[in-house]
Amino acid sequence: MTATRAVVMDADDVRRAIHRLAHEIIERHHGAARVVLVGIHTRGVPLAAAIAKAIQEFEGVDVPVGELDIGLYRDDLDRRAATNLFRTAVPVDITDRPVVLVDDVLYTGRTIRAALDALSDLGRAEAVELAVLVDRGHRQLPIRPDYVGKNLPTSLGERVVVGAAEIDGEWGVWIRDEEGT
Amino acid sequence: MRHLLTIEGMSRADLEDLLDLADEFVDVLDRPIPKVPTLRGATVATLFFEPSTRTRLSFERAARALSADVLTFAPGTSSVTKGESLKDTALTLRAMGADLMVVRHSATGAAHRVAQWVDVPVINGGDGAHQHPTQAILDALTLRRHFGKLDGLHVGIVGDIRHSRVARSGLQAFSTLGARVTLIAPPTLLPLDMTDWPVEVANDFDEVLPHLDVVYLLRIQQERGGTTGFTSLPEYVRRFGLDDSRFARLRPEAVVMHPGPMNRGVEISPHVADSSRTLILDQVRNGVAARMAVLFRLLASPGAER
Repeated sequence: MTATRAVVMDADDVRRAIHRLAHEIIERHHGAARVVLVGIHTRGVPLAAAIAKAIQEFEGVDVPVGELDIGLYRDDLDRRAATNLFRTAVPVDITDRPVVLVDDVLYTGRTIRAALDALSDLGRAEAVELAVLVDRGHRQLPIRPDYVGKNLPTSLGERVVVGAAEIDGEWGVWIRDEEGT
Repeated sequence: MRHLLTIEGMSRADLEDLLDLADEFVDVLDRPIPKVPTLRGATVATLFFEPSTRTRLSFERAARALSADVLTFAPGTSSVTKGESLKDTALTLRAMGADLMVVRHSATGAAHRVAQWVDVPVINGGDGAHQHPTQAILDALTLRRHFGKLDGLHVGIVGDIRHSRVARSGLQAFSTLGARVTLIAPPTLLPLDMTDWPVEVANDFDEVLPHLDVVYLLRIQQERGGTTGFTSLPEYVRRFGLDDSRFARLRPEAVVMHPGPMNRGVEISPHVADSSRTLILDQVRNGVAARMAVLFRLLASPGAER
């Protein structure tokens, strides 16, 4: 039961990564005028908001930010503990606009698979890209990120924990060894 | 939650959990594609031994909006006319692959019995004059969406309380969520024993009328002997019908509800029925979302075996 915990990114590292993600999104889209950011609950939502804030600072563009709950689109509902639903709300019609899905950790890819289904029920985006703070590997589906804050090779026995200021008090990324627990 | 058989004994947290879920499903039903894949592969069976249109359709719509398949059992066209028992019908539908059963029956306790016989979740879709839990949840949802909360609301339930499962389940849900409930009916249409009911009782509609935030009208249940509770229908209308003059004396922010089907000109005047202050169609719309919430809780949560 001894779970060790190591800091991978502190609040400053996360801030720099968010700034770089914002710059990359702006660069790829030649500005960000048409982009819609959609954060996946729970920690993708404040992450998307932080990226939008950075884009506003750098480009002076207010990017619409939506939130997506994938609880109704999971493929493992009968295997999970109590499911609660969060709000799904995207303030603009995503049809024919590029959407950047935002999540904290990319792991098996199943969350993103569900998010793509959820998103397609809201409209037909021109293109969907994926931004994550941490890519920890171990994909089980053919899904890859377009923007990555940090590539973090992990073993299956480790757990990556992301803290968001709005939810946990401060931004940060930690790794926990849960082998033997 | 393993089954949904009665509102009795449900905590405020249980009810609010379902209302919170239902709020999300209201949004889902508002989308261009009002359907989610959540219950793909699950089969919901509706066993309705009593005539019903809206409740059965509402459950079926809810199941399909969650991508479940639906098995519809209607006694008029089934082996019930050949003498098949409730138990055999339930076991047959289970053997056909039903993962959840919605049971409506004229006998009190029918859904409870089915829950003992089958190993899947059972929803009480109305049993006799006893309980109709999803109606109570959709009504509470409608009130919460309209007023923001039920705390402090004064709800008057008017009419044939004695034969009404809607009243029994509704008053429990409303009072658990903080509303004050007054039952308004002639003594002959009140239950004989209301010990422990969290309600007040009034026999004079006009006296209570100006104090109500919600007027919840019930239908006279002729099929359960409701007409024996008063001397004549005009007499009932005169004392307990929500006619235009009573409607004019309601508080300006008060709303009117009815579980349907309504008898225009009896418990509700046609003008009131079509007024923008009645939430009757909101109740119908919210009913689908409320039933989606219940199906989701029973089929996609811990303890749900499928």
